[in-house]
Amino acid sequence: MNKQKLAKYFGFKLIRFIILMIAVAIFSFVLLDLSPIDPVNAYLHGAAVSEAQRQILEQYFGTNVPLPTKIYHWLLDLIQLDLGTSLIYRAPVIDVIIDKFSASFVLMAISWILSGIFGFVLGVLAGKNKGSWIDKAVKVYCYAIQSAPSFWVGMLVLMVFSVYLGWFPIGFGVPIGVKSTDATFMEWASRLVLPTLTLSLVGLAPIAMYTRNELIQVLSSDYVLFAKSRGEKGWDLIKNHGLRNIMLPAITLQFLSFSELFGGAVMVEQVFTYPGIGQTAVAAGLQSDVPLFLGIVIISAIFVFVGNLLADISYYLIDPRIKESEFND
Amino acid sequence: MIKKKADDKKQWFLYSSNLRTKTLVIIAISALVIISVFVSGYFVRDIPTSFVNANQMPSLEHLFGTDWMGRDMFQRTIAGLGLSLMVGFIASAVSTCISIVLGLFSSFNKFADECVAGIIDLFGSIPHILLIIIVSIMFGGGVYGVIMGVGLTHWTPLARVLRSEVKEIKTKEYIHLAENLGRSKVWIALKHIFPLIISQIIVGVILMFPHAIMHEAAITFLGFGLPPHEPAIGVILSESMHYLSSGYWWLAFYPGMSLLIVVLLFDLIGENVEKLLNPETAQE
Repeated sequence: MNKQKLAKYFGFKLIRFIILMIAVAIFSFVLLDLSPIDPVNAYLHGAAVSEAQRQILEQYFGTNVPLPTKIYHWLLDLIQLDLGTSLIYRAPVIDVIIDKFSASFVLMAISWILSGIFGFVLGVLAGKNKGSWIDKAVKVYCYAIQSAPSFWVGMLVLMVFSVYLGWFPIGFGVPIGVKSTDATFMEWASRLVLPTLTLSLVGLAPIAMYTRNELIQVLSSDYVLFAKSRGEKGWDLIKNHGLRNIMLPAITLQFLSFSELFGGAVMVEQVFTYPGIGQTAVAAGLQSDVPLFLGIVIISAIFVFVGNLLADISYYLIDPRIKESEFND
Repeated sequence: MIKKKADDKKQWFLYSSNLRTKTLVIIAISALVIISVFVSGYFVRDIPTSFVNANQMPSLEHLFGTDWMGRDMFQRTIAGLGLSLMVGFIASAVSTCISIVLGLFSSFNKFADECVAGIIDLFGSIPHILLIIIVSIMFGGGVYGVIMGVGLTHWTPLARVLRSEVKEIKTKEYIHLAENLGRSKVWIALKHIFPLIISQIIVGVILMFPHAIMHEAAITFLGFGLPPHEPAIGVILSESMHYLSSGYWWLAFYPGMSLLIVVLLFDLIGENVEKLLNPETAQE
């Protein structure tokens, strides 16, 4: 019974995923096809060629093929995981993406976990001591950081820690003159600290704000009043009655933030010149590398979808009420 | 349960006032600051360059310091903010129109509603910054590309709100009555539904604004859109990136700070307007 339900649930999600991916693929393809980017010019970078050579190139890129045929070919290649060849890197798009995305993934994963934990802790601290200086400080910080552009925060962090204190290198994934495969772990790690710090600083604001408001709401509820009248107080009260209630929506919220996480990574990687997927996306966009850009759009859409799916699953796994209702069925 | 807050009638600066007046004053002051920035940004043109005064620290003469060409950063920041605000205005207008049209369209029938939900999902499934980049590339970049990129992608939250609002309104009896009387869907949408969602739209627009400005700054920072000689705030910040390692902190700090303040002011206005328009809090 339970398994059947689960299978049905995942089947439904899978169908949704496929439809959404096809829609995203077609949508982004059509948008870029409507753009004035000419693949031949993007390929040539302004090099002078004869008319005959240009025609050969046009034939090769298929500029004169009607749009529905193009979309059909694009989808067909996409199913075979063939995303074409990147014009900047002169390598298969899928290889470039895997290489860059793994670098970004480390960055995003660490800052995602850090921002989740610290955001939650700060939110609980602020909510518990409502109206105190710590609450006010957290509130001011959250408001300010949510109104600040993430790249500006990155620049400030860079200025303080790299330029003035000189603790960390200013940029690049690995030192100049060293191949990325040869870099030692410490060299990687030292360049990962500041981008991670920035992303965490930015990412913890919504979760802290949310946790604070939820905790305050829980603490003003009747059952907390009852618990207080029984003599519970301090941390025990919060641990027994508060944390469990606010943990679930906080985790869900954190999973739902994958989209902003990706956006933040794009900006932060640009500031710290960290060779990740975000910087690659910007380079692809600026230099009209259409295949690579489309590939990144698809990958990011999958990333966001996985985040939403995990949010759903976390609801299922963590919430005892849902589990119980399944059990009773 | 109904308990007046103790500090509600307390002395507030010069004279005592109720919450409504306070809210109105906050809105007025914030709006005044933003409008003055916008207007003065329009008048700041041709900032004089003087290489004698290049890269000066902030002082009374140059509040935000000067850049490598000796231009006053305060003037540049104001001009940049003015430009960013203008892009924000146009983009919000575009976004608002889209969300109103989609929100009203979703009232027609179930299929239309599903369509709108699908489009919202589609736009929500791609990270926002990539979506802006892709749309601005489609429009060929430049100022036009930035405005369209920001304008065509910010309607999703408002459209989502309007859609659920419309759904609720559609269950009301007078809608059924109008349908039975043979009124067309468009007539019902315009006469019965639209007037009820106006307050949502106003709040949605004001809260959309800061996002639009921030995203505009973000993608000009990345290098899409505005050319280097247009002093948009993102361009100023990306330029100051080159001077970070030289220790010219004021080039980055003050423009970003001003952007933050403008965004905060918009949030403040939005929240207070919502307080006034929301019937639950308007009477406090």
